[in-house]
Parts: sequence; structure tokens; C-alpha cells
Amino acid sequence: MTTDFFTLGDDIADTAAPGGPIEQRWDLHKFNLKLVNPANRRKIKVIIVGTGLAGASAAATLGEAGYQVTSFCYQDSPRRAHSIAAQGGINAAKNYRNDGDSIYRLFYDTVKGGDFRSRESNSYRLAQVSVNIIDQCVAQGVPFAREYGGLLDNRSFGGVQVSRTFYARGQTGQQLLIGAYQAFERQVAAGTVEDNTRHEMLDLIMVDGRARGVVVRDMVTGEIETHTADAVVLATGGYGNVYFLSTNAMGCNVTAGWRAHRRGAYFGNPCYTQIHPTCIPVSGDYQSKLTLMSESLRNDGRIWVPKVGGDTRHPSDIPEDERDYYLERIYPSFGNLVPRDIASRAAKYQCDDGKGVGPGGLGVYLDFASAIERLGRDAVEAKYGNLFDMYAQITGEDPYSEPMRIYPAVHYTMGGLWVDYDLQSNLKGLFVTGEANFSDQGANRLGASALMQGLADGYFVLPNTIANYLADSPFEPVPDDHEAVVEARKAVEDRVEKLMSIQGNRTVDSFHKELGNIMWEYCGMERTEEGLTKAIGLIRELKAEFWSNVKIPGTAGEFNQTLERAGRVADFFELGELMCIDALNRAESCGGHFRAESQTEEGEAMRHDDQFAYVSAWEFGGDTPVLHKEHLEYEFIEMKARSYK
Amino acid sequence: MKITVRIWRQKNADSKGKLVPYELDNVSEHMSFLEMIDVLNERLTLEGEDPVSIDSDCREGICGMCGVVINGEPHGPENTTTCQLHMRTFNDGDVIDVEPWKAAAFPVIKDLVVDRGAFDRIIQSGGYISAPTGSAPEANNLPVPKHDADHAFEAATCIGCGACVAACPNGSAMLFTAAKITHLGLLPQGQAERDSRVLGMVEQMDAEGFGGCTNIGECTAACPKGIPLDVISRLNRDLMGAIARS
Amino acid sequence: MAVSGLVMVGYLLLHMYGNLKVFSGKAAFDEYAHHLRVFGEPMLPENGLLWIVRVALLLAIVVHFHAATRLWARNKRASGAQGGKRYHSNKGRTGIQRSYASFTMRWGGVIILVFIVYHLLHLTANIIAPGGASDSPYQRVVNGFEIWWVTVWYTIALLAVGFHLWHGIWSALTTLGANRSSTRKASKLTPLAWIIAGAITIGFLLPPWAILLGLTG
Ligand SMILES: Cc1cc2nc3c(=O)[nH]c(=O)nc-3n(C[C@H](O)[C@H](O)[C@H](O)COP(=O)(O)OP(=O)(O)OC[C@H]3O[C@@H](n4cnc5c(N)ncnc54)[C@H](O)[C@@H]3O)c2cc1C
Ligand code: HEM
Ligand code: HEM
Ligand code: SF4
Ligand code: F3S
Ligand code: FES
Repeated sequence: MTTDFFTLGDDIADTAAPGGPIEQRWDLHKFNLKLVNPANRRKIKVIIVGTGLAGASAAATLGEAGYQVTSFCYQDSPRRAHSIAAQGGINAAKNYRNDGDSIYRLFYDTVKGGDFRSRESNSYRLAQVSVNIIDQCVAQGVPFAREYGGLLDNRSFGGVQVSRTFYARGQTGQQLLIGAYQAFERQVAAGTVEDNTRHEMLDLIMVDGRARGVVVRDMVTGEIETHTADAVVLATGGYGNVYFLSTNAMGCNVTAGWRAHRRGAYFGNPCYTQIHPTCIPVSGDYQSKLTLMSESLRNDGRIWVPKVGGDTRHPSDIPEDERDYYLERIYPSFGNLVPRDIASRAAKYQCDDGKGVGPGGLGVYLDFASAIERLGRDAVEAKYGNLFDMYAQITGEDPYSEPMRIYPAVHYTMGGLWVDYDLQSNLKGLFVTGEANFSDQGANRLGASALMQGLADGYFVLPNTIANYLADSPFEPVPDDHEAVVEARKAVEDRVEKLMSIQGNRTVDSFHKELGNIMWEYCGMERTEEGLTKAIGLIRELKAEFWSNVKIPGTAGEFNQTLERAGRVADFFELGELMCIDALNRAESCGGHFRAESQTEEGEAMRHDDQFAYVSAWEFGGDTPVLHKEHLEYEFIEMKARSYK
Repeated sequence: MKITVRIWRQKNADSKGKLVPYELDNVSEHMSFLEMIDVLNERLTLEGEDPVSIDSDCREGICGMCGVVINGEPHGPENTTTCQLHMRTFNDGDVIDVEPWKAAAFPVIKDLVVDRGAFDRIIQSGGYISAPTGSAPEANNLPVPKHDADHAFEAATCIGCGACVAACPNGSAMLFTAAKITHLGLLPQGQAERDSRVLGMVEQMDAEGFGGCTNIGECTAACPKGIPLDVISRLNRDLMGAIARS
Repeated sequence: MAVSGLVMVGYLLLHMYGNLKVFSGKAAFDEYAHHLRVFGEPMLPENGLLWIVRVALLLAIVVHFHAATRLWARNKRASGAQGGKRYHSNKGRTGIQRSYASFTMRWGGVIILVFIVYHLLHLTANIIAPGGASDSPYQRVVNGFEIWWVTVWYTIALLAVGFHLWHGIWSALTTLGANRSSTRKASKLTPLAWIIAGAITIGFLLPPWAILLGLTG
């Protein structure tokens, strides 16, 4: 059955992982890493693709340390990377509230939240450096929320019981990114970082088994360029846009990671996707993206649907006893505050039952009527005013007088390129940081932990671990006419030419939307063996049609946004296929992956630790990828089933 | 709804552009402005015409990537970003004019897309606090009065979209620059570099070819984040102080 | 720019105060004009104060003019040669794009410049002397403003001054860092600029019109 789609390779292990007491692992490891003499750093070049939290912080830090950094991003300014959109906050184990928080508790919450599919060592290190992140950001001038006494404020976030989330109103990501961006621009001015905006990475250059450079397209002139260096860092973010509709920015893509995957880098856990329950529903088939509304809304809003399907009455005309507050009913102790995946799936079931509200029946009510009654309109406005305004701006409806409509949407991808404890992929010299790697979040991510990971990687982890690799450099320079460089450049040029030559009858977006529908239907909130198998077939057909019938106007030698999108969609097809294969193999439910076949009698997710306590690291193999397993062991935290009843 | 959009078409930086009309029949009032352009582009593509180039990324009003002049107003008639503008703002039968930001320091790349690299270079000239990674003191060692922190935050909400430049009859980048001066200048961490920051940033602003501010105030009116005008006075105070001290 | 403008505003306030003495009759006015010349004697030579003021004003106007033309040229370049009118859309002309200020400041400034030259030739040097020359400043003034077109011309010029200052005073104070409000409308400086600009315009216009309409002694 499932093995028709892939072959099984050898098990792998994280050979960089340290042992010993968990509290000392990172310090001891750092001590054992080789250092690079400051005088030598000037001669060493590092390419960093991506300027989000993970990329900008790494570029600023490595530049400051004295390396020559070359940076790329596809936007017109490094400051626009998608990290900017994060609203809620960033976790750190500061224990400023004296509420029992500690590095160990954040570590524990991360491993448990990741549903026991992440590495203990990585999660511990993440919790450990979280403390330094806040210090660093404050020193850079990030305007975090403060108390009247002038000290930093915290809030609790994503259902955890301690207040460890630092925030800057609803714009935490923006403020953190601007901080990193300013540090980055400071290095540009100092001449240590070279900034290339509107440049998209389209391939990785491998020389003698080492990652030595990238092929990029200058998006303004269309020119294909090659850049070489001693090491390459990918900080290219998540791939949620494989679903077409997601909360990610329009340009988010998997291309950089996928091209590296095709050059040999393993892809870890591609099927783990986080679906966020409180997004504004789709309003029509022209919809281009979905907007997230902060999870905090669930603190005071009550979620319900009409008891009988097809009820077209205005919500305020539906009496109390004809409403089903289904989360409060099914999960009496957590109610509307159940974790993201549970809330999302519950909404899906209601809509599948025909009880959904709004266009296409894809939505449930999030009602503030009782909160307004209890707290008063002013108090609700003070707490959620900006979110209500945003909702009104987008939908044209007034959430004070009628309930909001919400629906789940793809939000974050836990999977990514496989890396070891040093954030190095299985390809020597290729490092991957932030959302682009698979490493720290396991099968599910806690709210406010992605920002933490991006900055932990960029400011504190990578600069140490990459030095260990660079200690042996500078490597032999790679000339422009080196056969590997010529080959990579030619591969990119051929592919672009191929795309331009098809001139068929369908637009790029129409393919992307169709792919997105397949993924959402069969590899979304709930997955089945049957559905996934079907999806793989559908994707393959669609991919074939794409390569014979896509239409791209204009030329390759100019600013051409359709061509940019076409290249990304082409890679999404291949990724989508791998995601389905990974989901098919993982016949258990864990974190962001729910297999309908693997649930308890009450419909809760059921893990199979005996069979699946491993990371799936996929090696590229054309139509039949190769699965390598990295087994996970838990020395400190006992594996337990989640329960929110 | 039926509407006509007249869109600025310009092949590249060197060619001359003009407004070209396109008619759209089935515009839903729930569409965002950019989705309306998406629909148009799908049609143009199928008709074998070059689709309209336009920048956007987050489509949530936070990245600052989008931004066009709609009916003579940057980001259009509502006080928001282009991506958050919805078609319900317009009426059936409307003719909507769409043009790129126009300013010497923002050359047009194609159609509605401009190069705002000048903003990055202004930041490079001092828009930061020098805090090398690892050198930071414990965060709560440095209390910041809430009032200052809130005020700094307000200035820090600038998304670098460039609408202020597009709106300013002088093509001045004063609001953008002053927002950064204010954000960093209000925080205790920002004091050490306060003089060099304002001198460097203002010099770079002039070198990029932005106009001088004559306090007209259109910038604030166009700013989707409501960056207040007093940041400009604050910049001027800092500038005078810095010149006096240097 | 701001400093030179404000120096001139200061002068105008004094000048206006002086002009209003027209209402106190010939003696008072001539006395005042004379007093200007002997002020500070013997510490200052005759005309000392006047010359100090003149030099200061000349300097201010030269600085102001120089700064204005450079700024004008630079802003024209920066905004793509057409300033507020660079967008082709003819919608929202009254909207935020088309600012009164950039128009009134520049062309208003030019009118003021032409006016000052004329004004000096007329009332200070008395080279142009509509209505007849005289040694008495009071007489010069009265002679001039009894002619309708002189008054109209002064009126136009003063309206230009008024507009120039309406924006100019606000702008100068903001440039000097005095604005603390988030919009121009909300700023306390806006009414202040209104009051000063209005007072100057009206204050200056009273004597000519009074003379024209025969209301002075
Ligand atoms: C709406 C929303 C809200 C969120 N809220 C929170 C929150 O409250 N708390 C939290 O912790 N997390 C949150 N997250 C998740 C978090 O924001 C992201 O996971 C994180 O910011 C990713 O950072 P990054 O640096 O890895 O990637 P990104 O910030 O996505 O940066 C990717 C970079 O790579 C570049 N790039 C990509 N592909 C290429 C290519 N092919 N060539 C060249 N350059 C390329 C881009 O230009 C960009 O600079 C949220 C996410 C979303 C979508
Ligand atoms: C010689 C004739 C004059 C010319 C050509 C001139 C021109 C200008 C110009 C172009 C500006 C720039 C501001 C803008 O574009 O918005 C300006 C500002 C100003 N002018 Fe004049 N002006 C003249 C005379 C005067 C006089 C006589 C006064 C006062 C009595 C005055 C007061 C001001 C003030 C206060 C400002 C504001 C300065 C600032 O913004 O910092 N000007 N003028
Ligand atoms: C109705 C309005 C005005 C009247 C009646 C008036 C009257 C006079 C008179 C009588 C003098 C000569 C004083 C003397 O030589 O002793 C004078 C000088 C002068 N006026 Fe006016 N004036 C008017 C408006 C203005 C305005 C609007 C300006 C500037 C914008 C101005 C600028 C000057 C200057 C620069 C001098 C020369 C001062 C000197 O000699 O040092 N005047 N005015
Ligand atoms: S100040 Fe306002 S208009 Fe100007 S760049 Fe910032 S957000 Fe945009
Ligand atoms: S509109 Fe322009 S003139 Fe100054 S106040 Fe704003 S930058
Ligand atoms: S697309 Fe990001 S602000 Fe509009």
C-alpha cells in the first residue's frame, strides 16, 4: 500500500547532538565547537537567504562578528519579510511574573505542545536562549509593552498557564523585525553585509559535497546571477502557501528549500501544518489570502452554530436554546480555549454537518454579546478594539452588533529542511534557520514560539555553530566558470525558458488555487489514507497539465511577476506531493497532523509512539522519495497523551 | 458592480507611462482592491496582454509593500493601506484612477511598482541603536516610563510604505525619517547616538533627492498608520540641538 | 528660512504698529518716523537704529530669498517636476494632494518681493510718487492712498502677505520644533498663525482704506 509511493532508506541520527545533563548541553557544546580567529573572519563569505527574524538577526550578528555576508530577499526591502505580520507575541522564560515559570517549564511546554515529536536538546536550548532574546531586543529599542512602573509587561498566550509572552500591542512581529532590520542595516552601512533585495534564490550550488553558493534571479532585470561563498544559510520561512489560501504573505514560498532538497538536502516532517482556528472566512472565489485574528479573541468570545443546519436566520434572531455552543458542550473544562488544532477541527466538523454559517457555509460564529453584557462595551473595545476594527474593515460587518464569523486557516508549517543540533542540514555547509527548518517545534507549535525560534537561531545559535564549520575555511575559491556553477546556472535558465515556452491556456493562479483546494481537502485538518492517495494522483495530473498548459505573458528578461509565481507554484506541486506521502506514511494523529483512522472513541487524536516516535527525513527521489527515520528519545519528559476534556 | 479602472502603464523606468482604461463587470463589494486587480490580471493574461505589475505581500496592512495612488490619494480614500481597501468603498459605475507613487527618489520600475530603496539607505545612515548581539544588559535594568514607551511605539508603527512621500507636494521623506528619530530618540537606549542619528539621516534624506519639508502636513493625512505630525517638530528640535553641539 | 521669516514677521508687527499711528494724525506719525531716525542718539549715530534694522531686514530677505529659491528648485525636482499636480488623476483635486500652501508660499512670495521693491521706491525713497511727492512721510502715505489703484495694489499685496504668513508662521514655528500635536488641525500653532497673519493683514489694510474712504483727519 503506502510504500508504493516511497522507499525506505537507512535510519539517520543527529550526530551533532550533545549528551549529558540537559541544562549543560548547550554550554558544553559551545565550548567544544571550534572558533574562528577574528582576523580570518574578514576572508570568509557567508550567503544568507531571507531577511525575516531568522535571516536578519543572523546577518546582523555574523556581520558584526566580521564575516562577509551577502543577503537576499524577494521583497523590495529586508524589513518586509513575513515575520512582520506576527501579532501575538514572543515567549521567554524570564519569570517576571513570579508565577512558577522557568526555562525548564518552557522546555516542558514546548515538548508537550509539540506532541512529543521534537528533540529534547533543541527545545531545551530554545528555552534557554529565550531569555537573552528579550535583553537583546530591548537594547535595540524594540518598544515592548510596559507597566506603569516602566518595566516590561507580559501576558499569557495560547492557553499556557504562565504569563511569559512579551508583546508590542498587536504588532510584536513588526517591532522585533524592525529591530533586527535596523541591526542589519547598520551592518550594511559598515560594509560587512551586502544587501540584495528583489532577488529570488532559484538553486543551490554544490561543489565537492559542500554548499558553496546560490543561483538567484534579479527580479527587476530578469538576469540570472550566481554567487559563491564558504557557507549558505537558508532562512526562507514557511511553505503554508502550498494551500494557496493561508495567513502567509503572498510571496511566501518553498522554492529555496525545495531546490536545496532537490540537491540532496533532506526534508523533515513536511506534513505537519498548523491550522489556526480564528481567521476571517473566505468571502468569494477571488479571495487571495486569509487574515488571522488574534487567538486572544477566544478568551471572551463564545463560539456557536445554529442547532439545525441550513438555518438562514440572522444570528440575533436565533434564540439561545437553538444555538449550539459546541466547544463548551464537548470540552466543558477548557471550553472555547481548547488548543488550536482541536478548535479548528471542531469547526470543520460543524461545517461538514451543514451547520456552518456565512458564504458557502464555511464559518462559525464568535460571539461577544455576553462579554459586552458582562464587561460593558467600553471594556471589550479597550481589549479588542483594533481586532474588531480590522474585522469590520475586511468584512464590512460590525462585530459589536452581530457575531463575527470565523473559520480555520493554514497558518504555520512545522516541517522544513532537516537539520542537526548545529542547524546544519545533511549537506555540509548548508545551514537552515527559522521556520524554514523542521527542528524545534515538533508536530505542533505553541503560540508565540515561532518568533522566539527565529531570533534564537539567528542571534545566538547559528553564529556559534556555523563558526565550527567555518573554522576550516576559507575554502578553495569557486570561480564563475566552475562546472558546478555553470551547471546550476544552466539548470535555472533552462527551467525559466521551459516555463516561458509553454504558452498554454491557463493562468498560474488557477493552477495554484486548484492545488490549494486539493491540499486543503485531503491534506488539511483531517487526513485519511484514501483521501491522501487520491490527492497524490490529482496533484500528479495537475502538475502534468501545468507543465503543458500554463500561460506566462511577457518575457523572462524583465520584471515579470507572473513568472515569479509560476516558479513557486511549480515547486509547490512537488512539495504537495511529498506532504501527502509523508501524511500517508504517518498513520497516527499527532499535533498538526490528524489521521481520521487514528482517533479515540471520543474522536480525539491518538498517537502511536511505538511506531512513529521518529522524524521523517525525506530524501529527494523524483516520484519515489526515500524515507530516513531519526528516532526520538525522551530522557527528561515522559511521553503522555494530551487530554483537554 | 461595474467599474472602470484607469491604470498607469509604464514598461520600465525609462519609458513614458500613461493611464489606460479597463472595464470590469463583476466586481464584488467584498473584494479587496488588490483582489480586483488580481481578477483583472487573470483576464489580461488570458487575453494575451501583459498583466498589471503591482507590489503586495502580507495583504494585512503591515508589511508596507503595497501602495498606489488611487484617485489622486495615496492608498485611496480610506485611511488604510491599499491592501486593506475594499471595493465597497466605491460605487457602481465609478471610474477609478490608479497611479504609482511619484517622487524623484522613488523611480518607477514597472507600471505601479516603484523602488523605495532610498528608505533603507536612510535607515543605514543612523536609524538604529548600536547593540552588538550578546552585549545587552538584563532587559528590566532599564525602566522606560510607560508614556515614553507608548509614544515611541506609536512612532515605531511606521511600515515604510512611502505614502507620505507620495502625498507630500514636495516629495519629502520627512515623516518617515522623523518617525524613526522619534521612536529611537524617546527611549533611553537611543540617547547615545541621538545627535549622529539625526545628522546622518537628514543628510542621507537630502542626498537621496527627497524634497525639503515645508510643513504642509499632507503626509500625516495620507499615512495609513497615522504617524503624528509632531514627530517632524521633534526631528527639527533634535537637528538644531545636534548642529549646535557639533 | 524660518529664522529669516520670523525676523521679518517681527518687523512687520512693529511696522504695523507704526502705521496705525496714521490714525493719530500727521504730527504723531511724522514724529514717529522721525523718532525712528534719532532713536538711541547719541549712542547711535543719526539713523543708527534704522540702519541696523535695514541691514537686518536686508540680510533676512536675502537669506530668505536664497533659501526659498533653492528649496523651490529642490522640491520641484524631488516631486517629479510637478509638485502636487504630478498625478494625472483629476479626481480629488481639492483632496490632500493639492495643497494651498505650496502655491501661496511660492507665488505669494514673488508678489511680496515685487511689492517690497515698489513699496520702497514709493514710500521710502519717494521715487515713484503717485499723488505727489512730499517730505512728510504722512503726506506721502495720504497722497498715495487717496488714489484707488494704489490702495487696491496694496490690498492685493497684503492679502499675499496674509496667506504667506498664515502658512509661514505655522511652518516656521514647526520647523523650530514647537509643534506638539499629531495633526496640523489639532495644533495650537494653527490658530496662533491665523491670529498673527490676520492681525497683520487687517492692521496694515486699515490705514490705506481709511485714507481712501476719507476717514482720517
Ligand atoms: C499572520 C501570522 C501571525 C503570526 N503570529 C505569531 C506570533 O504571534 N508569535 C509567533 O511566535 N509566531 C507567529 N507567527 C509565525 C512567525 O511569524 C513565523 O514563523 C516567523 O516569523 C518566520 O520567520 P522566518 O525568519 O523564519 O521567515 P520569514 O519572516 O517568513 O522570512 C522569510 C525570508 O526569506 C525570504 N525568501 C523566501 N524565499 C526566498 C527565495 N526563494 N529567495 C530569496 N529570498 C527568499 C523572504 O524574502 C524573507 O525575507 C505568525 C505567522 C503568521 C503568518
Ligand atoms: C522676498 C519675497 C519672499 C519670497 C520669495 C518668499 C518665499 C518664501 C518661500 C518659497 C517659502 C518656503 C515655504 C514653502 O514653500 O512653504 C517662504 C517661507 C516663509 N516666509 Fe517667505 N517669502 C518672501 C517674503 C517673506 C516676508 C516678507 C515674510 C514675513 C514678513 C516671510 C515669511 C515667511 C515665513 C515665516 C516662512 C516660513 C519659514 C519656514 O517654513 O521655516 N516671507 N517664503
Ligand atoms: C498699507 C501698508 C503699508 C504702509 C502704509 C506702509 C508705510 C510705510 C512708510 C510710510 C514707510 C516709510 C517710513 C520712512 O521712510 O520713515 C515704509 C517703509 C517700509 N515698509 Fe512699509 N508700509 C506698508 C506695508 C508694508 C509691507 C506689507 C511691508 C513688507 C512686506 C513693508 C515693508 C517696508 C519696508 C521694508 C520699509 C523700509 C523701512 C526702512 O526704510 O528701513 N511695508 N512703509
Ligand atoms: S510615515 Fe506613514 S506613510 Fe510614511 S512610510 Fe511610514 S507608514 Fe508609510
Ligand atoms: S506633506 Fe511634506 S512638506 Fe512636510 S509636513 Fe509632510 S513632509
Ligand atoms: S501588502 Fe503588506 S501592507 Fe499592504
